[in-house]
Amino acid sequence: MDLIADHIRHRFGALEVLDDVSFTVSSGEVVAIVGPSGCGKSTLLSILGGLLQPASGAARWRGAPPAGSFNPLTFVFQDFALLPWGTVEANVEFPLLHTALSAGERRALVDDALRRTGLTDFRGTYPKQLSGGMRQRVGIARALAVRPAILLMDEPLSALDSQTRELLLEDFIRLLADGAMGAVYVTHNLEEAVRIADRIVVLSRRPGRIREIVPIAMTRAERGAPEARAKLLSLQNDLWSLIRAEAIDAEREVQHA
Amino acid sequence: MLDRATQQEEQGEAQPVAFRGGGFAPRASRHAGWIALLVVIAVWQAAGSAGLVNSLFLPTPLSIARAIWQLAVSGALWQHVSYSLMRIGTGWILGTIAGVAVGLAIGLFSHARAVGITFISALFPIPKIALLPLLILWLGIGEEPKIATIALGVFFATAISVYSGVDAVPRNLIRMAQSFNVPFSTIVRRVIWPGALPSILAGFRISASVALLLVVSAEMIGADHGIGAFVLQAGNLMQTDQLLAGVVILSLFGLAVGKAINWLEARLLHWR
Repeated sequence: MDLIADHIRHRFGALEVLDDVSFTVSSGEVVAIVGPSGCGKSTLLSILGGLLQPASGAARWRGAPPAGSFNPLTFVFQDFALLPWGTVEANVEFPLLHTALSAGERRALVDDALRRTGLTDFRGTYPKQLSGGMRQRVGIARALAVRPAILLMDEPLSALDSQTRELLLEDFIRLLADGAMGAVYVTHNLEEAVRIADRIVVLSRRPGRIREIVPIAMTRAERGAPEARAKLLSLQNDLWSLIRAEAIDAEREVQHA
Repeated sequence: MLDRATQQEEQGEAQPVAFRGGGFAPRASRHAGWIALLVVIAVWQAAGSAGLVNSLFLPTPLSIARAIWQLAVSGALWQHVSYSLMRIGTGWILGTIAGVAVGLAIGLFSHARAVGITFISALFPIPKIALLPLLILWLGIGEEPKIATIALGVFFATAISVYSGVDAVPRNLIRMAQSFNVPFSTIVRRVIWPGALPSILAGFRISASVALLLVVSAEMIGADHGIGAFVLQAGNLMQTDQLLAGVVILSLFGLAVGKAINWLEARLLHWR
């Protein structure tokens, strides 16, 4: 299943946020979206996931969602968005409650998602008892439970400390390794982008336009090798040089706002 | 260049850094509260027994306890309490049902919010007991106007707490549910209701106090039975021990309601 951003424009009142953004996320592909603060990355993701209506243009999908998918386009949120009154198990089961699945079928899907995210032993725990990294794992387990075709990840690691971020990034890479799921990965962090993405969409300062789409000609497995480090770092520097001047302007704009 | 030991010698003795992080962390002590209460009661009793206080104006705790015992033995206590409980219970339930329904509507729907908040803002400040004469004209002199007065008071407190609670539900949770195509009714039941529950239970605490206040006021104005009527009659007859017995019963009633809501909170909000 492909996800298509088709000439998307958006504005909040008089503020133009996105200007004619078009690209396609192919089946199993991971596309990172980077750009200066306020360039409309999260807005674009909300439009792609159907949570926001664009001023013009559209988000479209093409092809059949995978068999057994209950929510082909599934978000993983920056702030985890867990129900504080539900246990880990209840949170993961939540998006399945309105489906036609029996309790046993739901349980099987929840068990599988918990196992894949290493949460089996925490099923009866409440979110407030978990660390930030574990909470995000619950968010990922909840997303996996509905068998998504494409994960829409809105800065999923930005609320976490650097060690937890590294561990979860490794988990994402592992989960995406078989190519069964694609992802749109919004991030400020260029290192994350070059490690996880097949292509990186670089947006300009607001209103966000596509400045460049940078393909990464290495498999994710190859990127884990020590000899790939220099190449990834160079790529990261290239991306930073694309963004830097506008990032400085954006920061000053935010400070003066 | 001076070595480290010489430098230290020249700078003199090391001073401890003064602690300045104390205070601003009051802790409740359950025992201290009970001890203070017992001390006050003991001093009160001692002052009354020694004749330092005129028992007509302030009867001793023992005589109040005796009055409660006599009321209980004679059956009058239960008669008055049962009337008050029936009025509070009926009024509170009616007011709560209406308040929850209207509060949810205001919290969820634009038209209901536009209309509802205007009416609530205009009518909430009216002391509900002032409407009792009008309600007697409309509903007669039976139980209905008293129950309606209580229900009105409870309604406003409940409606406000419910829509405030709905407003306070984190929007990211609602968006999360929408992103999974969860139907509206399930979002209301499984996201909005539990998210608003802390505010709703806080509203119950307020509405229970309002109900207690209004039942006493309403019974003082137009009833032969009930704790409010009993307190008023005792005052008219200068039976201050009986009057204070009624006040103690009201206080116990308020405490019981508070405990019940604490229990509900512990059961329903254990996740906090």
